[in-house]
Amino acid sequence: MQVTTTVNGKRVSEDVEPRLLLVHFLRERLGLTGTHIGCETSYCGACTVLLDGRAVKSCTMLAAQAEGGKVTTIEGLATGDDLHPMQDAFSAHHGLQCGFCTPGMILAAVALLADHPDPTDQQIRFALDGNLCRCTGYEPIVRAVGDAAARIRGEPPAPAEWETDRPSALVVSEE
Amino acid sequence: MYPRLFDYTAPGTLDQATADLAANPGAKVLAGGMSLIPMMKLRVFSPPTIVDIGRVAGLESISEQGGRVEVGALVRQYQVAVSQPLVHRATALAEAAAWTGDVQVRNRGTLCGSLAHADASADQPAAVLALSGMMVAHSSRGTRTIPAADFFVDAFTTALDEDEILTGASLPLGLPGEGSAYRKVGRRGGHDGFAVAGAAAWVKIEDGAIVDARLALTGVSTRPLLASGVQEALIGSDGSQVAVHAAAARADEGAVLIADLYGAEDYKAHLAKLLTAQALEIAVDRARRSLSAQ
Repeated sequence: MQVTTTVNGKRVSEDVEPRLLLVHFLRERLGLTGTHIGCETSYCGACTVLLDGRAVKSCTMLAAQAEGGKVTTIEGLATGDDLHPMQDAFSAHHGLQCGFCTPGMILAAVALLADHPDPTDQQIRFALDGNLCRCTGYEPIVRAVGDAAARIRGEPPAPAEWETDRPSALVVSEE
Repeated sequence: MYPRLFDYTAPGTLDQATADLAANPGAKVLAGGMSLIPMMKLRVFSPPTIVDIGRVAGLESISEQGGRVEVGALVRQYQVAVSQPLVHRATALAEAAAWTGDVQVRNRGTLCGSLAHADASADQPAAVLALSGMMVAHSSRGTRTIPAADFFVDAFTTALDEDEILTGASLPLGLPGEGSAYRKVGRRGGHDGFAVAGAAAWVKIEDGAIVDARLALTGVSTRPLLASGVQEALIGSDGSQVAVHAAAARADEGAVLIADLYGAEDYKAHLAKLLTAQALEIAVDRARRSLSAQ
């Protein structure tokens, strides 16, 4: 069957099996491997993309269900060489370690800001409930999302934690 | 993980959808897919035909008419959670939707899909049961409405016939003096995940006394249960904390509780009583506030 959809602003039309999942469509047909496959059971959120502006798990959707929709993947966020403010903030606050969950985290966070441009920490945590990170403990992720929101609102970027509140364990005597 | 091969139709009208369903024995309706697609990926369920109703016109709205609200088959959980008539006048359902799954699941999953799927630990069935919802079912043979109390037959089993589509859930909108609430303990703690147990309460107050009440439990048996002992104890009482707790102590009366991976029978009974008391207290408070707001 034919599926026609818009991915990162580009119209694509592909002949697919009805059982093809959206995440496989993106990765294998379109080569957009920034969308990751983590748990395959709808829990981890690594495969999160935006469908018509809302965060969805692309491993739990048929490509056919995206017919006529607008899909945004991590590859669609930057403008040329300029990263999206959310990508910048994840980098600045080191909101990742291995990076596997990062594309999904970033897209879920971008969707949050569309509804809540000035989210509380609690709203950020609630919005990322469907995205698991097994490395960071989430603190730098939450800081990155809050800072990205501030940047998008036109406020100056917040300094990273290690620039302001240096953990004492890391202060090594210089003698 | 791919699902097994299946035939796929994506009708644009309800008539075509019911015709597709009738013409393909064993066909299954797909809306948001948050329950169906994971089952198909795990291959625990492999329907030969999928009738995707995602493009059927006329099923995407929440409409008010004659003191009732009807939630169409394509209304997503996140929409139920923020719908003003539901938040204010069918609060237990809005709460159940707000605490289902995660953001991504609520963005795709539909209320009617959850009801038709009838997972014994789902939040929504208890809420529509407590709120005396009516299910609207369409087939090529016509339309019928099924009271929630007759709809949930057993785990993953409803009163829908194979060729019927649940096109909407209709609920009475709460009036002054009425209040409802949903409370749960999720599998990941707090509200997270499917309910280990959940309680949906609805009460009606007149002249300071409770004149009608319904309490529905989820997660404790193979289907949502109406706790008739609670209702019996509550009706005629003043709705005080003492009355609520005395009523809640009867939450498991007559119920066949089923243990699962998340709790033994006695723990389920404990949670049922605890959550019943919490949901009732909040429902009574909301009912009182709705009177004082007049």
